[in-house]
Amino acid sequence: MLLIRCPYCEKDLPEVEFRHAGEAHLVRPSNITEMSDAEFEGYFFIRQNPKGIVFERWRHVHGCGRFFNAARDSVSDKFLTTYKAGEPKPVLGDRE
Amino acid sequence: MANQIALRRPVLDGLSVQRQWVSVKPAAPASRIALRAPAESLSQLSASLSLTLPSKVRASATSGTRTALCLGPDEWLIIDADGVDIAGEMAGVEAFYSAVDVSHRNVGIIVAGEGAQAAISAGCPQDLALREFPVRACCRTILGKSEIVLQRTGDQEFRVECWRSFADYVFTFLQEASRDPLI
Amino acid sequence: MTAPYRIAGKGHLGTAPVARFTFDGKSYAGLEGDTLASALLANGVHLVGRSFKYHRPRGFLSSGVEEPNALVGVERDAARTTPNVRATVQELYDGLQAVSQNRWPSLSFDVGAVNNLGSPFFSAGFYYKTFMWPKAAWKHLYEPFIRRAAGLGVAPEQPDPDHYAARYEHCDLLVVGGGVAGLTAALAAAESGARVVLVDEQPEFGGSLRFESQTRIDGQDGWDWAQSAVHRLAGMDNVRLLTRTTAFGYHAQNMVAMIERVTEHLPGPLPDLPRERLWQVRAKQVVLATGSIERHMVFPNNDRPGIMLASAGRTFLNHFGVAVGRNVGIYTSNDSAYYAAIDLKKAGVSVAAIIDVRDNPKSAIVDQARALGIEIKAGHVVSGSKGHLRVSAMIVKPRGGGAEQTIAVDAMLTSSGWTPSVHLFSQSRGKVAYDEATQRFLPGTYAQACVSVGACNGSDRLEDLLIEASQAGRGAAQAAGVDHDAAGAYPEASAAEVWTGGMLGVAPGVEDKKAFVDFQNDVTAKDIAQAVREGMRSIEHVKRFTTNGMATDQGKTSNMHGLAIAAEVLGKPIPEVGLTTFRQPYTPVTFGAIAGNARGALFDPTRRTAIHSWAEEHGAEFEDVGQWKRAWYFPTAGEDMQAAINRECVTVRQNAGIFDASTLGKIEVVGPDAATFMELLYTNPWQKLEPGRCRYGIMLREDGYVYDDGVVGRLAADRFHVTTTTGGAARVLHHMEDYLQTEFPHLKVYLTSISEQWAVIAVQGPKSRDIIAPLVEGIDISDAAMPHMSVREGKICGVPTRLFRMSFTGERGFEINVPADYGRSVWEAVWAEGKKHGACAYGTETMHVLRAEKGYIIVGQETDGTATPDDVGLAWAIGKAKKDFVGIRGLQRQDLVAPGRKQLVGLRTKNSTTVLEEGAQLVADPNQPIPMKMLGHVTSSYWSENCGRSIALAMVEGGRNRIGDILYVPMPDNTIEVEVTEPIFFDEKGERLNG
Repeated sequence: MLLIRCPYCEKDLPEVEFRHAGEAHLVRPSNITEMSDAEFEGYFFIRQNPKGIVFERWRHVHGCGRFFNAARDSVSDKFLTTYKAGEPKPVLGDRE
Repeated sequence: MANQIALRRPVLDGLSVQRQWVSVKPAAPASRIALRAPAESLSQLSASLSLTLPSKVRASATSGTRTALCLGPDEWLIIDADGVDIAGEMAGVEAFYSAVDVSHRNVGIIVAGEGAQAAISAGCPQDLALREFPVRACCRTILGKSEIVLQRTGDQEFRVECWRSFADYVFTFLQEASRDPLI
Repeated sequence: MTAPYRIAGKGHLGTAPVARFTFDGKSYAGLEGDTLASALLANGVHLVGRSFKYHRPRGFLSSGVEEPNALVGVERDAARTTPNVRATVQELYDGLQAVSQNRWPSLSFDVGAVNNLGSPFFSAGFYYKTFMWPKAAWKHLYEPFIRRAAGLGVAPEQPDPDHYAARYEHCDLLVVGGGVAGLTAALAAAESGARVVLVDEQPEFGGSLRFESQTRIDGQDGWDWAQSAVHRLAGMDNVRLLTRTTAFGYHAQNMVAMIERVTEHLPGPLPDLPRERLWQVRAKQVVLATGSIERHMVFPNNDRPGIMLASAGRTFLNHFGVAVGRNVGIYTSNDSAYYAAIDLKKAGVSVAAIIDVRDNPKSAIVDQARALGIEIKAGHVVSGSKGHLRVSAMIVKPRGGGAEQTIAVDAMLTSSGWTPSVHLFSQSRGKVAYDEATQRFLPGTYAQACVSVGACNGSDRLEDLLIEASQAGRGAAQAAGVDHDAAGAYPEASAAEVWTGGMLGVAPGVEDKKAFVDFQNDVTAKDIAQAVREGMRSIEHVKRFTTNGMATDQGKTSNMHGLAIAAEVLGKPIPEVGLTTFRQPYTPVTFGAIAGNARGALFDPTRRTAIHSWAEEHGAEFEDVGQWKRAWYFPTAGEDMQAAINRECVTVRQNAGIFDASTLGKIEVVGPDAATFMELLYTNPWQKLEPGRCRYGIMLREDGYVYDDGVVGRLAADRFHVTTTTGGAARVLHHMEDYLQTEFPHLKVYLTSISEQWAVIAVQGPKSRDIIAPLVEGIDISDAAMPHMSVREGKICGVPTRLFRMSFTGERGFEINVPADYGRSVWEAVWAEGKKHGACAYGTETMHVLRAEKGYIIVGQETDGTATPDDVGLAWAIGKAKKDFVGIRGLQRQDLVAPGRKQLVGLRTKNSTTVLEEGAQLVADPNQPIPMKMLGHVTSSYWSENCGRSIALAMVEGGRNRIGDILYVPMPDNTIEVEVTEPIFFDEKGERLNG
């Protein structure tokens, strides 16, 4: 069981309290009805799923209830950092 | 006109576990409010509740019969053992907030004794050692396969809150866990 | 009464009480503190089992968890028989009953042993090659035969009567292994104040100090030092000591799973104690002090009972006070076995000879042995053994070739060196590195906050080991954030045992036939060589082809031998051949311990409503809806299910019915932006819905497909009471929170689950208003004041209610929400009134039939995650003027607006009594060739007593244009003709809502 740091509780807490919620930093356009089919496809269907660093959303669903973002290495499963929803993608240069 | 007044039937009525090292008992029925509010509303709400709402997640504050558990950055569970109309007290607050009556949604269970922490640690993956989870600490978490709200009310006493239909499971879980004499 | 091989004054058991036990029905006496193995050996019993494949007689190889041979059944009672217990691990208790396994009719005469005569045919890959054809024979012939012939013990058939405990534990430092290294590390850390957990699989701490006779620490005998170290640790509040506990799984972020055997060593049953306890320990730092495991020498017939590891011989002698024989032969390729010879000799046991593969072994311990007058045959090998159910002689010859000599023995101790136990390190995703000089894999690159110390780290010198372990303990405390002054002195080695080296595989000049590498799976050196010759290149292939290391001991004694033999035949260095993966569990773990208390009522939460007990008392049958138990129907005496449902359905429409709808999901949406938020999450318009009114809402996902539905009541301008499907309650709230928190965080609105705050009593039918009227206070429930689709707050039976006027039956109806603890009491009051009006209680089945008569969909039944509102006839529920809602863009997708989509229709079977099967496919032409073009499928199908015929709903391609068409439902034994209709069968004008 992983430990995940909830940026709202400011604590490392057990994975069973959390739920994964897909790729992060996808913003629902305010003019969604004006999107072309291709744009909508890109927004709604296409996901990166890279091997390596992934930016993804989690929810501390059995805790404070907040959605937040995480940078995780999909190879080692290690969380590099977590940060609040709405905050910009962190720069990971000086991290492992 | 109503020809009878409905009776309240708490789900765990009459159940109790008493062992040498731990007891598990349903808490008395209480008034409960799920309170949600942004930071800027807190001072007004605290004033109306006669209780300073803790602003740090996992902290709780008690005043008289009333306890406020901070479960999220904008979320509190207010429990008042006196059965008063808590929402009514907040009616005059003009700042933005949401107060929803959940008195019957939740069921409280008191786990007490030198084996209380061990019994909860049978199913709760958080570190409940006093230095990590001191008296008045609280959180929403997991017990076995149920979500609970956990509050430490004393060195050797916890209040477990769960939703009504999970109360059977949670109580039975604690009853079973309390069989283990290892503290 | 002294057992014949027990040596007075030897060992650590002292004057322990006698424990009587039986093995295969014969009575013996041992001592408390014995293992079953040591007690049997004290009585001179070596033969304890038959091997897996060849049914060869086997004795004990080891004295510990690595034991591959001595698997027995321990029988307490019919429900408490445990198969495959290692006799070297099972502690003796008074009254223990053990039986041998894998033999028939008896251990000493076993019919299956003919396999041994045919062993040339059973060589590596035998099963793969022999049982290939005919394929059908696998199921009925080969597999049952192989399973019977190769089976190990028998599991009990009765349910497990014991209970199992579980515990999450957190600490600064977890030390795995309580030998000299683990104790030292634990002490160093504990003295700094760190929270320490020290765990060992043995009944007592001490590790190899159990048998090391020449080790002295801080001036004390090693074993005594260990006991005093334990005493010190036991006195510290910050230390938890766990014996009989195996760390079997090393997970991410230092979570280590451990199993503690609580009562296996006690006479029982002991209902107050859990049988086992599962620990899930989260440690900031882990110190692995898991030691090393001795390897046997590989030579022909090295598996005879009486041939065992040198360390086992020493453990039996120095810890249990038991001699493994009276005239013991030693075969070794390193120094450690010399200690065994010396210990035996000093205890008065004759040592026939030490056969040493090395030409000219030189060390203090060799000199010590020589000085005691023990014959040392250096540069010699053992080329075979003799004996029927017990070794009687070893055959010895010079390594370079020469005359064979037969030396009589009644036991043999062998050692080919020690394999560091890197299992947990490897499970932690650490990478091992091969040390060429010492021919062993050692911890290389670490993946977690963990450090290895002692023998598992290849630290051979005790002096160094004590420093290493002390520093690791202190370092771990520091790394865990414990402030302390690293002051205390390290323990000092006053005298140490020293050995290194050894060999892998078969000695030169010795045949590989019947030279066993893996005892439990009967894999010989020859099998491994053959596997390579037959083309297996990777050790992973060799492993699977030969099954080497795949038994329950996971190759603790065999893997390195197997690897070396494969490497030699391949002509490659060992690291290039690779190492098989170390998997958990380290040693076998019971399902009971893993399941813990998750059985029966605790297998999964069973959710019951406040009204459940009433339904139970009134004879309801229940169905599972997720975790909920819902009243399904209420049969009266003599009624079958269909009769009950027919009666319920008719009664609701004639008079009224009362239904427990408490399980519906409910969410309170509060805030000045509540209506704006609702507009975004539901297709419907909400801004203009007046407080006190309700609306049926549809929620879509962004892709435009129906996600959930439910009636929403507006309690106030800033407050909505939203209902969801029973199964959708949690995910709908999650979906709403997701949008609120991440897409629309600017909205001033909050969501609160109130599913369980309110018990919901639906009263449906023409008499519904008359039934509730006497109970309601403060609400005018007349049609004029409270029309269909409205909500009021007031009181019922003196308690608060949110009263909805709504209908899922097509009849006039109400849904009474009351605080849940009042649910049953209010239900009883409604029931009492209902009876006066001829009402019945009804369950979910009748609810389904009644709504299908009206063509109301159920999300998840008519929809399958790919249906749009229009597909199910709900296009009217989309706010046409709305600029945005979740799913608005998805609905514009080409495929979602294309013609020919499946649409909701009704079906009337030509024969009105035929009830279709839900899920059945629909075709236009039943005579077309298979595979037929399928147009859609039946989503709901019932007998409708109210319509006097069967009814069905279906999703059919272009369905609305097919109304009036005839379609066909091909079934296995016939084809059913159906007419496509509008999806409504009763009260098409909807007049009864106010009727």
